[in-house]
Amino acid sequence: MSRRKLSRRQFVAATALSSAALITAPYVRGAHAAGKLSIGFWDHWVPGANKASTDIVNAWAEKEKVEVQIDYIPSQGNKNLLTIAAEAQAKSGHDILAMPTWWPHAQAELLEPMNDVMEGLIKQNGEPNGTVKYLGQSKGKWLAVPASVGSQIKGPCSRIDLMKQHAGIDVQALYPAGAAPKADSWTLDTFLKAAEACHKGGVPFGIGLGETSDNVDTAGAIFQSFGAALVDEKGNVTVKTDAVRQALEFYKKLISFLPPDAGAWDDSSNNKWLVSGRGAMVMNPPSAWAVAKRDAPQVAEQCWTHGFPAGPKGRYAPYLSYFWGTWSFSKNKEAAKSVLRALSQADAIEKMCVASGGYDLPCYEKLTTLKVWQEEGPPKGTLYHYPNPHNHQTLSIAAAPAPPKIAQQIYTQATLTKMCLRYHKGEAMEKVLAWAEGECEGFMRS
Amino acid sequence: MVDVALQPNRSAAQAARKRSSLHRMLKRKSTVAFLMTLPLILLIATLVIYPAFYALHLATLNKSMERFVGLSNFEFLFRRETFWLVVKQSCIFAITAVIFKALLGFIIAHFVHNIPAKGQRKWRGMLLVPWVIPPAMSTLAWLWLFDPSYSAFNYTLSFFDIGPIPWTGDPMWARFSVILVNIWVGAPFFMIMYLAALKSVPEQLYEAAAIDGANWWQRIWYVTLPMMRNIIAITTLFSLIVTFANFDIVRILTAGGPLDHTHIFATWAFRIGIEGSDIPLGASVSLFMVPILAVAAIFILRDVNKRGNES
Repeated sequence: MSRRKLSRRQFVAATALSSAALITAPYVRGAHAAGKLSIGFWDHWVPGANKASTDIVNAWAEKEKVEVQIDYIPSQGNKNLLTIAAEAQAKSGHDILAMPTWWPHAQAELLEPMNDVMEGLIKQNGEPNGTVKYLGQSKGKWLAVPASVGSQIKGPCSRIDLMKQHAGIDVQALYPAGAAPKADSWTLDTFLKAAEACHKGGVPFGIGLGETSDNVDTAGAIFQSFGAALVDEKGNVTVKTDAVRQALEFYKKLISFLPPDAGAWDDSSNNKWLVSGRGAMVMNPPSAWAVAKRDAPQVAEQCWTHGFPAGPKGRYAPYLSYFWGTWSFSKNKEAAKSVLRALSQADAIEKMCVASGGYDLPCYEKLTTLKVWQEEGPPKGTLYHYPNPHNHQTLSIAAAPAPPKIAQQIYTQATLTKMCLRYHKGEAMEKVLAWAEGECEGFMRS
Repeated sequence: MVDVALQPNRSAAQAARKRSSLHRMLKRKSTVAFLMTLPLILLIATLVIYPAFYALHLATLNKSMERFVGLSNFEFLFRRETFWLVVKQSCIFAITAVIFKALLGFIIAHFVHNIPAKGQRKWRGMLLVPWVIPPAMSTLAWLWLFDPSYSAFNYTLSFFDIGPIPWTGDPMWARFSVILVNIWVGAPFFMIMYLAALKSVPEQLYEAAAIDGANWWQRIWYVTLPMMRNIIAITTLFSLIVTFANFDIVRILTAGGPLDHTHIFATWAFRIGIEGSDIPLGASVSLFMVPILAVAAIFILRDVNKRGNES
């Protein structure tokens, strides 16, 4: 047996090469050799929807030899927000954490940039919608990866029968299943007349005026339809404008046709309103319809999700986006990015959308025409227009285009619905505007 | 009282060891007492003192928590209209709720006191139920009773052609509702404290008052109330602190609405700090309770001392 002698030079070269290979090689090296990854996903409302995410992550973990732990964190009682705040304070926690709407910007300094992930995803899936860019990007840096899970449009969900009976509007004709909308006549004026007619008919529109997200989102879309913004994109306070005055005048008229207790509504009130059969329309993702399908099938059969009415400055619909962010102090960033890529593949997104019964809404332009929205029912096609497949409306979020950290305050403090309520309760227009201006100036804190 | 435990008949070896100062220290009663309370001290230090100082630290940072700004957050708050609304509401909420809790507790304690001893226990148990149920759970039940659209109260009142009342939709009614639930939860605590105090009033005093011709009201005014004075003061001030710091009832019932008219310190701090991602400002709002509650605490301690001196 021959014995080859290793020279000192050869030994040093081999050591240097193998060290370099270990450092530069992908994190995958063997069974669970790529280490551990902890994920905090949002706990989905829809029963069974979490399983789709778990399956995708487990399949990825099996392939990449990573040990994964998933926690599903509910948004009830703002537990997810508390977790985000606690992990940001402790500089420790999940490697990936689901963050709603404003939180990527709120934690921008502590998040790992995701530009490398997003470049590939945009090439595959198409451009994300404008709201996602607004909420997920800062100074050219992607703060987090848009999540389809939990993202939604809060458009009108109308009762086909009641809208025909009381307002003479055929919502299926305006928004036919499988075809582009024929909704030029669906304007805020028509909407207001319909609200009045349904109110007279004893089935008022279920639009809340409380301080929770659903209420603020509707107000945001209507304000934007008038071109009304409290703060512009440069951070200037623009409360005292004609557009804001017009929006308030519109809301004052609308409030008189809404349920008298709308000021106390939270995010569950509109769901209950639709399911109980007491109203002709609510502004909600298909969760209310899904509950009706289970608890009041006769109501669900008459529900049709469609686009927002257009105002003088355009047709806007509220889009609420969830993100998956990775902390800059995460111990396994590469694995985190890899699993986020896996979760954002078109087939994975479709799987999660199907599991959520069509509730989840990807932000990418190539993924707004999945089969799930065409097939869900009854009535068949009820969700066809939910993902805005014909780009019929501009997706936005209340308080945009203000810089996100200011917009978050306007949104959280429900300044828009408070203005509407104050004006409706008889406060003078200029006094309401002065109050809102003072609030917005306070939100400029940095 | 000696500070060192005496041990007669000690052996020579023990005496030698006792020379070590460490051993002597460990033998002191005060050292043993300290060691026995050490777990509690550590627990309080970890869960109370550290968070309190951390909150103070947070309140001195800017919104992005990168810069020390001293008392600027408090200065900012003093200029906010909503902050003063919250201060006003916290005072209205705490003072009104405590007055009614004390009043109801006093009345119910008298009723229970007059029930024959045999049946008294089950009444005491039943009346304590609102206090022993976790408030988050019982408030959820109240939320359904007050529900904007499906209120059970409004349904009942509709039979008498009353309502519908906007229990949580109108600022005044919403304030009434949160105070009502707080009274419902807290009154049994007053009841049980007052009942204990009533039971300790010597019967001879009432007999003497009866001989002097005192009527019912005079017995209450000249015998019962003076005998209960200390317990009333301590209970009231203790409850004032707890009510000021309340969170769950308002958060669940109205979340501070409508138009911020039911926000109190804790709920507004949560709205700003957690929901609005402005933790330093939220911490400042929470800390604003401290001087108010400190004044209440001073009163409590003064009363405790007074009671100690009297006894």
